[in-house]
Order: sequence, then C-alpha cells, then structure tokens
Amino acid sequence: MRSKTHIQTTINGEERDFLCEPRQSLLEVLRDTLNLTGTKEGCNDGNCGSCTVTLDGRLVTSCLVLAVEAEGREIGTIEGVAQGNHLHPIQKAFLENAALQCGVCTPGFIVATKVLLEKEPDPSEERIRFFLANNLCRCTGYDKIVQAVQAAALNLRGTKETQA
Amino acid sequence: MSTQYSVIGTRPIRHDGADKVTGRALYGADVQMAGLLHGFILRSPHAHARILSIDTSKAAAFPGVKAVITTHDFPAVDGNKMVDLGEGDTPLSYARGNVLAGDKVLYRGHAVAAVAAVNAHVAEEAAGLIEVVYEVLPCVLHAVDAMRSGAPLLHEDLRTTELGEATTTISNIAQHIRQSKGDIEAGFALADVIVEREFHTSTVHQGYIEPHNATALWNNDGRISIWCSTQGSFVVRDCTAAILDIPVSQIKVTPMEIGGGFGGKIPVYLEPVAALLSKKTGRPVKIVMPRQAVFEATGPTPGSYMKVKVGAKKDGSIVAAQAYLAFEAGAYPGAMVVPASMTVFAAYDIANALVDGYDVVVNKPSTAAYRAPGAPNAAFAMESVVDELALKLGIDPLDLRLRNAAKEGTRRVDGPRFPRIGCVEVLEAMKNSPHYQSPLGGPNRGRGVAIGFWFNIGLPSSCTLNVCADGNVNLIEGSTDIGGSRASIAMQAAEVLGLAAEEIHPTVVDTDSIGYTGVTGGSRTTFATGWAAYEAAQDVVRQMKERAAKLWDVKPEAVEASGGVYKSNGNSIGFKELAGRIAETGGPVVGRAAVNPRGAGGSFAGSIVDVEIDPETGKTTILRFTCVQDVGRAIHPAYVEGQMQGGSVQGIGWALNEEYFMSPDGRMMNSSFLDYRMPTALDVPMIETIIVEVPNPGHPFGVRGVGEANIVPPQAAIANAMSHATGTRFTRLPMSPPAVMEAIWCQGSSSQPS
Repeated sequence: MRSKTHIQTTINGEERDFLCEPRQSLLEVLRDTLNLTGTKEGCNDGNCGSCTVTLDGRLVTSCLVLAVEAEGREIGTIEGVAQGNHLHPIQKAFLENAALQCGVCTPGFIVATKVLLEKEPDPSEERIRFFLANNLCRCTGYDKIVQAVQAAALNLRGTKETQA
Repeated sequence: MSTQYSVIGTRPIRHDGADKVTGRALYGADVQMAGLLHGFILRSPHAHARILSIDTSKAAAFPGVKAVITTHDFPAVDGNKMVDLGEGDTPLSYARGNVLAGDKVLYRGHAVAAVAAVNAHVAEEAAGLIEVVYEVLPCVLHAVDAMRSGAPLLHEDLRTTELGEATTTISNIAQHIRQSKGDIEAGFALADVIVEREFHTSTVHQGYIEPHNATALWNNDGRISIWCSTQGSFVVRDCTAAILDIPVSQIKVTPMEIGGGFGGKIPVYLEPVAALLSKKTGRPVKIVMPRQAVFEATGPTPGSYMKVKVGAKKDGSIVAAQAYLAFEAGAYPGAMVVPASMTVFAAYDIANALVDGYDVVVNKPSTAAYRAPGAPNAAFAMESVVDELALKLGIDPLDLRLRNAAKEGTRRVDGPRFPRIGCVEVLEAMKNSPHYQSPLGGPNRGRGVAIGFWFNIGLPSSCTLNVCADGNVNLIEGSTDIGGSRASIAMQAAEVLGLAAEEIHPTVVDTDSIGYTGVTGGSRTTFATGWAAYEAAQDVVRQMKERAAKLWDVKPEAVEASGGVYKSNGNSIGFKELAGRIAETGGPVVGRAAVNPRGAGGSFAGSIVDVEIDPETGKTTILRFTCVQDVGRAIHPAYVEGQMQGGSVQGIGWALNEEYFMSPDGRMMNSSFLDYRMPTALDVPMIETIIVEVPNPGHPFGVRGVGEANIVPPQAAIANAMSHATGTRFTRLPMSPPAVMEAIWCQGSSSQPS
C-alpha cells in the first residue's frame, strides 16, 4: 500500500479532512473519497469543464488539481451552491430556461456562472460565451444556457438593487 | 379529436430538474458501494493485428489486483446467433468480439484484456504488465480503399451479401443494397441540366460529455445486477445475457442518469466485462472509460464516399437522381448505409431514381448510431447538388425544393408511400422566416439552405401509473431520460387525467420493475413511451369511472370523464377527491399499458445559415442560424427547441471542425476534447427555432420524434452558404480552416471549382 497524506481543507464552508495518495486528483478525492459526486468527470484532462470547482474563489478544473494541493485552501463545489433548501437564482434560471438536457455538464456550468456573475453582474452575450467557453455542452447548443445566465444576471441585479 | 390542450404545449419545470442543478442526480460513474473494485481495460495499440499470445501472469501477481480476464473467460457460444442491439440485430460473434477481441484486433483501442483491482490506478498499472504478442497486419482506413481487391481483409470469413443474396465472395464489403424507381436512363434523357458531384465525409463522434461506465455485481445466488449509463436498459440486459450465455431473467439492469448518448450509448462495451470480473472476484466492479478510449473504441458515425447525380428540366422539375454511397462500418458490419439510402432522396418526389449502397468494414472503431445515422452524410451530398442545380437553373433554392417536395402519397425510392408529412410546410416556413426574408450584405458572406428527413421508429414501451390518495399519480417507465423525456411522457398522462404536469411523478426504473421498453433512440421515446403513458392513463380513467359508479350506484358506462371531472346523473367529483376515496371503493388503482405502436411519423427539418469566411485564415463564422422542424405536436416546446438547437450545433461542429484525424497506421491523432474540436459557447450564435406542427395521424396527440432530423440539414446548408461566399463548391467534410484555404488557393490557380 502506498503511503497516504493527511489533508485538511474547507469544502463549501465546512472543514474537512481526508487521506490521499500523491497521484490522486482533487476530482477523484471529491468523488470517490468524499462522495461529492455532483462534480463530474468528462475527460480527465482539463478540456470539458465538467469538473469545474472553485479553489480559493478561482475557477479550476479539479481533474488538473492534485488533491494534496487542497491543503489549507477553500474549495467550492456544486453541492454548496444552493442555500439549504433554497435553490440559487442561477439554478432556478437553468430550470426555468430549460438550459439542461442530459445535465452532466450542468454542475460545471452553474459553478462557472456563479463566479462570472459575482465578478461581472451585467455581462454581454459575447462575454458570457467567452467566459463559459471552458465548459463543453453537447446537448443544448448553448442557446438556452446563455439565456439562463442572462436571466439569472437580471434577477441577481434586481435582488441587489432591492437590498440597496 | 380536440386540439385544445391544457398541459401539452406548456413549459413546466422538468421533474428531474432539482436533482440535476444541485449535483444530486446519480449518473453511472457516481455509483459507490461497499467492497467496490475498479476495472481497467487494456486496449490494442495497433489498428490491425493478430494476437499471438497474451500473458497475464505478471498483472495477476501485482499487489492489489483481484482478477484479470481475456476473451477466453467468456463462455463458448454460437457466434452466429443474432443479438438485439436496440435498433437492429448483429451476430453474437461481432457483439462479443467488440467487447473483448478474439484472435485479432481490428482497430486501435480494441479491448484485449481487463483487470479488476482495489483502485483504478492499480488496475491501470497492472494492465500495463499484461504481455500481448501481436503480429501486426496492414490496415485499411477508408471505404474506397477497403473495397479494392487486394485490400487487407478484416474478416477472413466475411462474405458479401449482394442485393439480398448471400455470395461466396470474401471481401470487406459486407453488403451491397440497391433501391430503384422508374427508369434511370430514360429519366436523365429528359433532363436539361445535370449536376454530378463526388463527396467525402470524415468519421465523427457523438461527443457526449459523460464517458461510458458500468458497475456489475455477480451475486452469490447467480443473479447479476448492473448499474450503467445507457440508452436502453433492456438492450444491455439482453446483450449481456447473450454474451455471458445466461438467461435474461438472471440480470437486472438499473439505468442510472445518462450524460448524453445521441445513439452512441446503445451498444454494450463494458457491462459483460464488469460482470465477469465480478464473478471472478465476488465483489462489485466498476469500469469508467477514459476519454481517449471513448474516442478510439466506442462507435462514432461512419465516414463516407458518395457520388450523387441529379437531372432537372428547365422549369425546375427533377426528373432523375442517382446515388452511390459507400459507408465505413468500422470494424464490424453495420454501417448506416441502409438509412442513408432510404433518406438520400426522401425529401423529393422523383419519378426515376437509383441508389446503390455499400456497407464496408475498415480498421476503425465499430460505428454506432449518431442522431439520424447515415442521413446527414447523404443530405450533405444531395442538398449540395440541389443547391448547384438551383444556381444553374436560376431558381430560388427553396422554390426548387418546393416544386419537387415529397408529400403524402409520394412513393419513396425504397418503396413505401409517405403518410401525412410536413416537408412542404417546413419549406414554406423556411421561405417565410424572418431569417430568409432578411437581406445579407457584406463581402465573404453567403447564405445557404438545406432540408433533411429522418424516420421515427415505434418499438415496445411499457408504463405503469399508481394513483396516490392525494390525487397525484406516480408514473413508472423504462425509457432512460437523456433530454427531458420524463417531462414529455408525464405531460401526456397529465393531459388525459386532467392533472397538472407537476402532479405526475415520473420515475425511470430497472428492468425487473417495468415491462420491456426499447431504447431511447430512433426519435421514439416521446412517441412510443408517451403513447404507453396515454394508454395507461386511459386505463386509470376507466377504473376511476368504476369507482365513481360505485359511489353513486350507477353503471360505469353511465359515468363520463372530462378534464379530470367525473360526472353521472347530476353527480360530479374531481379526480383528486375521487382518488381520496379509492380505498373505500375497492383498493389501489393501477393503470398499465404495454404498447408496440405502429404509425411513427417521419420528421423533416430545414436549416438556414449565414456565414462569413475570413479569406486570410479560412475560419468560418456562423453569423445566423435558423432551424425549422416539423415536430407533429410539441409536447414541451422548450425541450423541443432544445433538441433542435442541440442537433443544429452538432451539425455545425460536423460541418466545420470535427473529424477523426487518422495517421496512416490507424492511430487517431486527435483523441481528446482539446484536439477533437467540438463547438464551444463562443463558436456559435443563438440558434433560432421555428416549430412546425403537422400532427402525426399515427399518435393520439400527433407526436413526431424531435431528436434527430435537426442534425440532417446543417452540414449541407453550411456548405452551400460557404460555396456562395467563396464561389467554390465544398465537397468534403469537415470544411475546416485548412480545407477552406486550400479551396481558396485552388480557385486562384484554376477557373474550375474544386
């Protein structure tokens, strides 16, 4: 048996620890060790975006991050997007706009969209398409995904103005 | 039949939506269980080779390894027995040979052996220790080369079936089919203008984001449980049973959520291997394919060589058409040349036509269905020729198509007469569309149109409805849901019962828990399983009438039901209230239906596209794209639009970028998503959709399948647009930047269009 490393990290705001081999990716540990299977594997070489998570707020493809790199970092996955029983406005917008078919790319798109709209509350269509070009979807042709992101952006801006 | 619907045509939130936006939906690779082992498959590095020996001893001895298997671990079976692959049969020897190679490997990536170990890394390391001695053989990669005499033979016992008759000829041509109508020579003699072109298309992959996967447990009582992502759980059950030579009743397949399929997740690759590894280890075994294996070893759609010749009179009436279609089946017979032959001229009423089709094996992965399989290749050729004909005749390309359009009663070249179809309605909608009516200005720009046809199939489907005391209904079905079919099926039951879509709760269950249900494919699911839901709902209505009759002490036939309200002799009760009283009126109400419907309607789709070509780089930009499709009846219009948009963008990728880039020795050089360049969000515009509804008389609600026809016309429409932008005819797919530059350069050096 290969020796394992003890890693302490924060996932979706909760402190977590796990043992991993040096060769294991963050994706593998999220899915197989921590049972956070909402993060999907599509290619395992950083080209499809299905495994997109945040690492200290930055978008990463978790298949290209070693699990040991999670030490002391903050990780955000699809499981942390909804607030308790309430869907995030982005999740609602994806449902209301029929922005998913098979759904396997959806977690990656939602995690990426959340980062986009936190940074840029009013992105243009071109900007949305550019930002989400890291995430492949083969079912929808992207039309309804772009519309869902636009709808979510509008909703989130409205919520912010109401709060202000 | 009333066409005033309360549920059909609305856009409810899909029933599996919350699971899919929160990451809770469980796909095949998400299966976890106690004692789980992980499998890895060793694949051939050669495109064509004889296996001289396999030594697994070092792998078996590697720490953490629990079992190693090769084809010799499969039971001896009659290889000529036919097995159902979902949309057609194949000899068991081919199905089994593709799962684990026998004495030869036929393509790079062909499975050779498999390892089960404590984790996937150990399994992969151990697979590297398996020693296989190959005698490398020359390979053949393209249909035209494989058809030449003296070409390397893939199967030394493959005898050509010639026009339906078995022959003694051994070759790579599995079959030659011919369809004819009228007198082809006399037809061309009537023509004022004839256009003839040759076309080539590359092998392309469905490109679903989720890799194939399977988990199997061979239990101590001999029963096998399989969890996988598949388009057809019953096909997995039946095919696995045939390969393992055990009765179908001994296998239970649980279809997990499926991350895309498009036809490519009908064949069985991993399930029998995982089952056998489980038998050897006594533990559950999971195998997930690496992406490279998905490209190299699962079924893409055929590459093809085609020649199409069409003749027309000056007034635009097409008098004769001829096609020669040679399709690459990959390693085992079964190229989609039959549907290609049946669809190549399907949009037209042509008196004289002849189609020759060849199913050719080559050293590439065994092809599988991909959205309207065969039809996009054929339409690329035919619709390009029709476009050129329109130019030569000086007729608007849509007017030329309308003049010759197939209608109800038109006899297809392959025999049958069309029932009610929407070819004319689609062409008219294209012509009247805001897109086609708008001007297109600017240099290096062009507009193209094309139309395409695809069949729908029926196949068996089953459905059970359980009435809850609160008046909601649980719907049990066996059609795996790739793109929202839970919703489209539940909505049909809701319409009959007078309930809201949200009051039906659909669940896709395992093969032990529902009657036989065919694959999610062939544009059949909303049609056929929707029909089963319709019939099951009628069964519920019948029983609910009996319950109301009991309450009121009248005969059941005296009770009328409409919109969820049951009435008789001045009495009236709503479905919900009546559901609350089923316990006192006889116990549970369960509606059932098992159907095998005929009457699947064909679907036509049209594409209108504007492109701009950068003459410096050869890059083609899609400026605007409109998809028009006859869907019969749109049950859930948002998911209908989604199918149209998705198919269109796959067509754009196929047209502009996607190809299996093969080295001469049969290695796919671009087997990753980085190099096999599928469209990203940045590569495409919004896809405009126009839903045409010509109800299918063969379905209670008029449903036609919507999943496939939309991928048929985009390639030709884009080629036509690019031809108009450059003045050069494009006859090869993909029309990638290098191909475009070459065409522009050739144009500069010669007045002949390439």
